[in-house]
Amino acid sequence: MNQPTSGAANQDGSISVRRSTHSPIFTLVGAFVLVALLTAAPWIFSAQFATTLTNFFILVIMATMWNLLAGYAGMVSIGQQAFVGLGAYATLYLALKGMDPFVTIPLAAVVCAAISYPVTYLLFRLRGGYFSIATWVVADTAMLIIGTIAVLGGGTGRSMPGLQNLSPSQTAHDSYLATWFVALIVVAGTYYLLRSRLGLVLASIRDNEVAARSSGANVRSARRLVFVIAAAGCGAAGAVLVISQPFVQPSSVFNLQWAAEMLFVSMIGGLGTIEGPIIGSAIYFVLQQTLQQQGAWYLIIFGSIAVVVALWQPRGLWGAFRDRFHTELLPVGHWVDNIKSPE
Amino acid sequence: MVWLNVVIQGVLIGGFYALFACGLSLMFGVLKVINLAHGDMAVVAGYAAVFLTPHLHIPEVWSFLIVVPLFGLIGYVLQRTLIQKSIDRDPFTTLLVTFGLSVIIENLLLEIYTANGQTINIGSLITKSWHPTSIIYISYLSLAVLGAAVLVLVFLQLFLSKTGTGRLIRAVADDREAAQLSGANYRHVFGIAAAIAFATVALAGIAYGMMTQFAPTSGGVNLLFAFEAVVIGGIGSLWGTLVGGVALGVAQQFGAHFNPQYQVLAGNVLFLLVLAVRPQGLFGKKTALA
Repeated sequence: MNQPTSGAANQDGSISVRRSTHSPIFTLVGAFVLVALLTAAPWIFSAQFATTLTNFFILVIMATMWNLLAGYAGMVSIGQQAFVGLGAYATLYLALKGMDPFVTIPLAAVVCAAISYPVTYLLFRLRGGYFSIATWVVADTAMLIIGTIAVLGGGTGRSMPGLQNLSPSQTAHDSYLATWFVALIVVAGTYYLLRSRLGLVLASIRDNEVAARSSGANVRSARRLVFVIAAAGCGAAGAVLVISQPFVQPSSVFNLQWAAEMLFVSMIGGLGTIEGPIIGSAIYFVLQQTLQQQGAWYLIIFGSIAVVVALWQPRGLWGAFRDRFHTELLPVGHWVDNIKSPE
Repeated sequence: MVWLNVVIQGVLIGGFYALFACGLSLMFGVLKVINLAHGDMAVVAGYAAVFLTPHLHIPEVWSFLIVVPLFGLIGYVLQRTLIQKSIDRDPFTTLLVTFGLSVIIENLLLEIYTANGQTINIGSLITKSWHPTSIIYISYLSLAVLGAAVLVLVFLQLFLSKTGTGRLIRAVADDREAAQLSGANYRHVFGIAAAIAFATVALAGIAYGMMTQFAPTSGGVNLLFAFEAVVIGGIGSLWGTLVGGVALGVAQQFGAHFNPQYQVLAGNVLFLLVLAVRPQGLFGKKTALA
């Protein structure tokens, strides 16, 4: 898709379509080693490093979901913190009812998906920037409503129940594993989704919405599905966030800064690529850890880099790398080869 | 009588929302750009009034005489550089860039001036008000802000319909290519529109700083209110924005009357209701809808 194709179909229609620039065996083996290593990480590294990795993977989850929304479906949401917060509070509520917090993670995702579905019917009435600010209104409204519920701690928040039996290092250990598995499912799920029929529909909408519509793509329902999936993913991120902290407060889980981080990370890494948000998250974390003594400067620097990237390198770091070396680790596109005159 | 006061306070604050929103409305109408840093620009204007004007030995009440033209200039320059550059890419990029600017400005203000609240000192005017009855009170300052909002809207309406530059702005807004073919330099026209939008937002920021305390993070919530005013009134209608602002203000005051916690919530609920029942807004055309 981004590669120059070697020509159109021959007269007799003999074309072949590839899904990858290289043998998928390499990706598969590499992915297997990486998964094994990251699953073993808490046994290898210190508890403090595990906590850092936890926060890293929370950002990876959010950024991957934001990238799916904006990079693939063209919806710039600055209200994804609505679902981070609602996921967090779903976990809190279920834990207060006596459930194991770790078991509530998938339920938090389901709750967010269920809430986001009717919300799309309101939000999809607006487009472009008005859609963006409306998502923020939704997040603000969700925060204000949660803040009035006394059982959930009102505006001051409350600590997560159900984790008292665990020692702090055990909590760090378990929440790392939970976060890492959620991140794995989210990234792998997004990869699978984009290689499926939906991925093809989204690519056709991105390239030419009118043409996609007239070819029978249901633009609205494809976007709706993406919005619901992104809400579920952000809900799961909110759930693991409050388990790892473990404290829930409306102004922190519904913070606009989540949206800012998702946006910056995806922008810098590369919108519309699976690898981009992961690379962006890594850069963000290195910068944050290095500059953490200097207050908010890491956010100012990171934001400036994001603006520069958006204007001069809109495909992000990974996009630039990919264009230069014609390689993809997690390819979701299609390459059309002409069999009679190969490249 | 209590309810009358609630409505009056709502109308007064609604004037402020309209003043805040008309720059947003203009930028969208002409440039098709949503400036997500709109609220933060207002806050910057507030800081400029507090920290810049004392150096010039001007009382803070009159700070707008300096800050408003200054912001017009900033608006023109920012438009001709950063915003135009992102418009040339696509509408998507303008959202990313202005949101990035918003976060940068907010955190820069936090680093430089801390999170402490600031106010623009206007002396005893802040407490002066008119009491027609024991329950109703009308603050002179709020009345002045409402008056300023109406004046700005009248000025904009006259400017856009009566002057050559105004007609040029409308021509570019309607059909950029056709205006270009007729010899209009659309980049310069965009710059002028942005200058006006920034001047109005500076005025709104100073009004806000006179009415209440502001902090680096005040921009976001005001952008939300301005945006709600625009959508409730109808996207693309200047007078609709005033009506939308008043409707929002009245809804918020009603909410606050029951419980201060419900003030913002009531406004958000009105916004979502309008979106559900009449998405084009009270006075809007259907063009801005998906």
